[in-house]
Amino acid sequence: MVVDQLTDEAVDQLFHALADATRRDILRRCAAGGPSVSRLADAYPMSFAAVQKHVAVLERAGLVTKERRGREQLVRTDPDAVRRARQALDQLEAAWRGRVDRMSRLLAQAPGPEAHEPTRGRNR
Amino acid sequence: MSVISVTKDFDSLTLTLVADFDAPAERVWRLWADPRQLERWWGPPSYPATVERHDLTAGGEVTYFLTGPDGQRQRGWWRVTSVNPPKSLEFTDGFADQDGAPVAGMPTTRVRVQLREHQGGTRMELRSFFDNREQMEQLVSMGAVEGLQQSVGQMDAVLANSAGRNERKDTR
Repeated sequence: MVVDQLTDEAVDQLFHALADATRRDILRRCAAGGPSVSRLADAYPMSFAAVQKHVAVLERAGLVTKERRGREQLVRTDPDAVRRARQALDQLEAAWRGRVDRMSRLLAQAPGPEAHEPTRGRNR
Repeated sequence: MSVISVTKDFDSLTLTLVADFDAPAERVWRLWADPRQLERWWGPPSYPATVERHDLTAGGEVTYFLTGPDGQRQRGWWRVTSVNPPKSLEFTDGFADQDGAPVAGMPTTRVRVQLREHQGGTRMELRSFFDNREQMEQLVSMGAVEGLQQSVGQMDAVLANSAGRNERKDTR
């Protein structure tokens, strides 16, 4: 299914993006301000092109956006968007961890009466 | 520990949770397919779920309400989009009004469940995601963040195995 593939790919990109120390450092600098790509390049002992590649990886993972300002390209994070996404997914995680916990405990209980056929619901 | 991994994709707004259960897939499936079992785990202990309608077929609907400590009912619904027992289930989960009808304009989340045999038990892969960022923003701004803190409190209570802790509502 397409959604599945997109999601796997997006997860991979996020982890790939955050797995590199330089990229994590770039992310920190971008969160602190909106440096241009060339200013970022000055900060690292590597070529402009190499820094540009790192920024592209972060961009594909949705962690930064580039904004053209005259001849410069500014790299920004959207801390609010990131924070809100984190909150929303943290909520889902807490809800589902609780549910899985309860499912486990139900399964561990002695099997109750087999009252229902498994695939059909019923009204009450 | 039954939860094997949890990954969150902040870009596609997707939570992926993998859990292993020491039971055959048919048994795990019944947790979803039997409304009496579903209501024993869908809501947290202090907000137990009561499932009213339960039609687990494509296009079918599940309706439920959670009853809070103050007796107030929060209603919700699932719209089932795909079902393949005992292997997979997909549905949209949303808010309902006091008559159980879906509330237009309220955020929904989508859920995909897959069960497969794994080392003599069952591995469940669950994906829960928002259709778009607006829905997510809406859910956060509706104060569901509070729900998170409450859920975490509830998890602590479960871990501490103390029944009298202040357990509050889940988010959905």
